[in-house]
Amino acid sequence: RDFNERCAQCSEVNWGLTDGGRFYCRSCHNVTERTREVVNTDFITNSRVQTISKGLRKQEKNDGGSEWYICEGFQLVLKKQVEALEALGVCPQMKDEILCNFWRCYLQKSKQAYCKRPAGEAVKALSVCESSTDVDSDPERPSLLHLLSLSESEGELQTDCSFASSVSKVSESTSVYSGSVDGSLYLMKNQKEKLRMTMPMTLSFCYMALLWVREPITLSELLRFVVEGHIPYLNVFQHFPEKMKLCGLDLKIFCVESWPVYEEVFNKMHELAAFLDLPRFPDITESCFLHPDMLCMKYLMEANLPDELHNWTCRVVKKIGIGEVDFLTLMPGNNSTRKVKYDVLAVAVIVVVLKLLFLLDDHYECFSVISFISSQTKVYIFYSGGPYFEFKKWYEVVKHSLDVEQKKLDEDRAKYLWRCEKPLFYSVKNKSKVLKRRQMVVNLQNQFGRLSGSVQRAEKPNPSSFQLSWSEENTDGSCFHGHSLKGILQEKCGLLKAMNPDYWLCTVKLCNEKLCGHLAHYKDVEFPQSYHFVLGLFSFLLRVQPSYIHDEVCMIEHKLFNKKLCKKLKYNTVLRK
Amino acid sequence: SSNEHKLNFKKSKEACLSYIQDALLQKQWKRAAEFLTCYVESLEKDYSREHVGPSEMIWRIGSEILWHHSQNSMKEFNCFMEQMKTLGVKRYLKVCLEHVFHLLCNGQIDEAYQNLSLAESWRFGEQTAIQDKEMKLIQAYRGLLDYCSWSKQKNILLEQSEDGFSDLAVEREMHGYFRKAAVNLKEIIKIPGVWDIFVKCYVDLLEFYGDHNEARQVLNEYAYNSKFPANPNAHVYLYQFLKRQGESKKSLISSLKILHDIVPSHELMIDFNTMLQKSSK
Repeated sequence: RDFNERCAQCSEVNWGLTDGGRFYCRSCHNVTERTREVVNTDFITNSRVQTISKGLRKQEKNDGGSEWYICEGFQLVLKKQVEALEALGVCPQMKDEILCNFWRCYLQKSKQAYCKRPAGEAVKALSVCESSTDVDSDPERPSLLHLLSLSESEGELQTDCSFASSVSKVSESTSVYSGSVDGSLYLMKNQKEKLRMTMPMTLSFCYMALLWVREPITLSELLRFVVEGHIPYLNVFQHFPEKMKLCGLDLKIFCVESWPVYEEVFNKMHELAAFLDLPRFPDITESCFLHPDMLCMKYLMEANLPDELHNWTCRVVKKIGIGEVDFLTLMPGNNSTRKVKYDVLAVAVIVVVLKLLFLLDDHYECFSVISFISSQTKVYIFYSGGPYFEFKKWYEVVKHSLDVEQKKLDEDRAKYLWRCEKPLFYSVKNKSKVLKRRQMVVNLQNQFGRLSGSVQRAEKPNPSSFQLSWSEENTDGSCFHGHSLKGILQEKCGLLKAMNPDYWLCTVKLCNEKLCGHLAHYKDVEFPQSYHFVLGLFSFLLRVQPSYIHDEVCMIEHKLFNKKLCKKLKYNTVLRK
Repeated sequence: SSNEHKLNFKKSKEACLSYIQDALLQKQWKRAAEFLTCYVESLEKDYSREHVGPSEMIWRIGSEILWHHSQNSMKEFNCFMEQMKTLGVKRYLKVCLEHVFHLLCNGQIDEAYQNLSLAESWRFGEQTAIQDKEMKLIQAYRGLLDYCSWSKQKNILLEQSEDGFSDLAVEREMHGYFRKAAVNLKEIIKIPGVWDIFVKCYVDLLEFYGDHNEARQVLNEYAYNSKFPANPNAHVYLYQFLKRQGESKKSLISSLKILHDIVPSHELMIDFNTMLQKSSK
């Protein structure tokens, strides 16, 4: 850490550590023979601690812990998360090069490290807290009770009433408020301009890095892996080293009691990219996994839809220009372009294609000639290649599987265990109470676990990209990938066209997204059952609300029928009541 | 907004509870236990604003499951109840009482008595005064069990006298139980309420020891005091007592008047009618 020699090759002072414990110059990658004496990799991952003022840091506090800052905690969280991603197969550069640099850049921009100011601020906070005997005496500074009641996206912890009452009696050191040095400062300041770090934001960091490297993991997949436990998030603080004592306000920062939502992580990511002044991200081209053509293929397979539909999704993508590099690639800070949700976009395209071909008005798709005939004969209609695709049959098969999976998911959600072994207490005072409670919980869990025959929690399922899978080898005919669309298509001038001449728009007019946050408002009773089902299917796969996908569908439709909409206000729309 | 659909701790536990509820209604004890295992960590959260907190939920649901589960042994049940007693001091006596009921249902009279005695000696600052009602109930039930013991001793004594000898020790014990029972039974029936079994037992004791005046007073209070809820049994007991005492038809008839009003279909109405006809009114 105190290695301040200039590099022999490039004369820079920018040292890092190799795996072997040797110093290497980050600018020119020159490896030296000097090795680090003390091995303490747990505490700080990178050697950025030298920038935190050494004068303030006391090594040992009386309870065996040492001083630590909130951003150090987050750094550890990120480290754990990216290691988990690596275990999932993400390229190793993401950790050492991409995420690392993003994080350092963030620290610099938010003035938490790599600059001269942070120590001064911390000193100010400490002295202010120490000098006042009564917490509520300063009317301008928000009281601790107020801080505790701040409920942000993840700070929904209900305040421990006993803590709240004990706080007003406390007048000694700031260590009661939080285990970290700057816990209270962190929550107190209005840090909107500086983009205060939160737990959901760690996922934004991860997603941003994944996007930069163009890894084949969509945001919805990332969030699903988090919920399934493959990526640390929920109780990641239990991996903090012993010396980093977590208590008081730290809990509000690091303990989450809700799963992050797609929209939240997505929006934060864009905010972050702009905040960091990042340049244009690497191009998303046709060969990229995140390109709509690729993602459509994936989701078509997962939704058990015929492969032939892929031609149609590609046609739609091309027609409205959402396959263009400039449309898909992220340009941070550019507010004029719509931010692309790759996965939601792809499934929305599929929904539009289904509407184009099958109308999805609860009549056309059910009563096509093909299904009429087949319902009489109770067999699939075959042509020379294979069976014709029938929406109704597809619906029955998929609905069955979806219901089973949805039921499992609902039960799993009810069975989540949010707490972990590491006890959390707001203050040293209620430590024994917390430990007693924990013991009782463990006892009860054992007792009733024995009764139900499941003392051990079921093993986490292996992470997989596909939640629903359909095999062509199944003889029950439940796989529709190879089915043909011939039944609903007709040939005209060498081109295949849909027999269905109609289309209904989800909404004639798009809302102003900036005003009400949405492009459209989805109420399932106002739309056909088939449409609702299709939205529900993709909503399950992506773990987002159906309205979220509906918005995207509206957007695509308006792009697709743009000319016609402009020409005629009353296009051939069949609006649901 | 998307935040409404966020899955958080609270919603997760609410869902968990509804699964438990469904399982209980369908008597699927194993499944209920499975979900309860996941619910118990709610104890680590502060629910003081809620009307019914997780500790009460867990107590009630847990006792249901353990009581019905086939693998259950009283040992597990007792162990669980002891844990529940430590969970909420505001509920301590209630939990004790319910535990006693379960023990009684299982025929464990001695254990029930022990628990009652233990509960009776519990003191916890102002809580003792707040939980006064439960304390009275506990004392009343102990009185009831004392009555049972008295009854047992009485029968032994009667058998012995038939065989021609008497055991002073048994007699002394019997009197001891009487004193203990009488004190507590008398206390509980002072409070307006439905105390059928307590009244019956108390009157039985009084009659045995020849205190008919007290018995009559007790029964009159029970039947006629307007503070007590309307209770057909009160009048039945009074009538039966008066009959035993050989009271006049007039007083017998008047004792059945209110019963006639509130339960015209009562079987004693046959006697009532007979008596009325005979008295030609």
